[in-house]
Amino acid sequence: MNKVLVIGASYGGLEALKVIIPKFPKDISLAIIVVLHIGENNNDSFIAYLNSISKLQVKEAEEKENIKSGFVYFAPPNYHILIESGGIISLSTEAKVHHSRPSIDVLFESAAWCYKNKLIGIILTGLNQDGAEGLKQVKKYGGISIVEDPERAIASIMPLSAIYACKPDYILTIEDIAKQILKLL
Amino acid sequence: MDQSQIENIDIEIPLFLEAIFQKYGYDFRDYSKAHIKRRLMHRMAVSNFTTISQMQDKILRDKAFFLELLEDLSINVTEMFRDPDFYTAFRTQVVPSLKTYPFIKIWHAGCSTGEEVYSLAIVLKEENLLDRCQIYATDFNRKVLEIAKSGIYLIQNLEKFQRNYKNSGGKSKLSDHYTVKYGSIKFDQSLSKRIVFADHNLVTDHVFAEVNLILCRNVLIYFNRELQNKVIKLFHESLSYSGYLCLGTKESLRFTDFENNFTDINANQKIFKKIIGR
Ligand SMILES: C[S@@+](CC[C@H](N)C(=O)[O-])C[C@H]1O[C@@H](n2cnc3c(N)ncnc32)[C@H](O)[C@@H]1O
Repeated sequence: MNKVLVIGASYGGLEALKVIIPKFPKDISLAIIVVLHIGENNNDSFIAYLNSISKLQVKEAEEKENIKSGFVYFAPPNYHILIESGGIISLSTEAKVHHSRPSIDVLFESAAWCYKNKLIGIILTGLNQDGAEGLKQVKKYGGISIVEDPERAIASIMPLSAIYACKPDYILTIEDIAKQILKLL
Repeated sequence: MDQSQIENIDIEIPLFLEAIFQKYGYDFRDYSKAHIKRRLMHRMAVSNFTTISQMQDKILRDKAFFLELLEDLSINVTEMFRDPDFYTAFRTQVVPSLKTYPFIKIWHAGCSTGEEVYSLAIVLKEENLLDRCQIYATDFNRKVLEIAKSGIYLIQNLEKFQRNYKNSGGKSKLSDHYTVKYGSIKFDQSLSKRIVFADHNLVTDHVFAEVNLILCRNVLIYFNRELQNKVIKLFHESLSYSGYLCLGTKESLRFTDFENNFTDINANQKIFKKIIGR
């Protein structure tokens, strides 16, 4: 089974993703699923932009679609995203978690159940605590945990919360994150 | 958690759902597995069980506990005029054709606490159609149906509702449609008298009535592909010739056998029309 990467990002997250996503080569055996907190706005413009600067295909995740390597899936605004065993997307409108829908915790938890040690989880910049519990689950189920270096992040609260919650395997700058992931594949 | 405990959970959950089905007749076996697991793990932690099997023992013997879990499993989050653009599309692309019908039967499936049903009734009233409509609003959760029937909602959420109403192209003021009392709002009699609320389970019950319009928004996302297909089949059978089907903004007919039996009226807002003869 190919590896899967889940990314959680909040305040400042788009800036970080603009650095990380374009670093991945075209034929990579990795699927990427992202929760970025953007409020109720729609995703279309930044998805189009990321697509234009990346070698991978960037798109909004669709209800019950199959997850495929070489794609980057973004959670739609106002829906949680969960992963079904067999690698299928499910959406949910359940209550917000950490004032967030989509929530990073919800994605990471279900991805951990499904991909276990084939999963890599990354927590990037942000101003809330969403993702800390999720990253803990990634670790618990045998996956690899990475957190953006809080000293260099645009907002340090989210990386710090994740570090306190789970002692991640790697703490890295944005520039080093993609390099490390390519080594892990 | 050790390896064997992780494996056990995936063995125990289907058994647990089977037990609920055998005992209480509610069938969650083809719901989205990730969604069910999330709700069960949450309930296990909150109610201090260490295994799903322990919880199964409890659920077989304690109906009150089952009813509590039913609340967990039926996600009831809803709001008035959720996705305002949907209502705009409905007004401009469905209402004109409904106006040509002498009488309109509507099935609102998975109506939860009813906010969406009153939203629809308001649109129909503003378009002078409500007097010709019969709305059946159904859900499998009796507790939310009681709230829906009462038509009474907390004033706290009003601001959001008003904003949505305005963005949806509302023709008057939302406050024309309710009265305020004791920190709550109550929707007008003229709306509720056209609505019948009823207990109906989309998984285990049959065709409800022949109708001209079905709304079922943000319910199918909790089902797996097979069950989505089964429920769309039920809707297809329930719709009259050229009846309309409205799904949630992120739902589709894509993974069902019925994609070719409907045409898109508005692909973004997931408004479909049954093709005559199919
Ligand atoms: C998220 S709510 C959707 C409410 C509303 N339609 C909306 O979009 O705002 C989902 C509803 O589906 C209901 N539901 C779930 N499974 C059902 C079933 N098998 N039969 C009938 N209703 C069901 C739940 O009780 C809940 O009220």
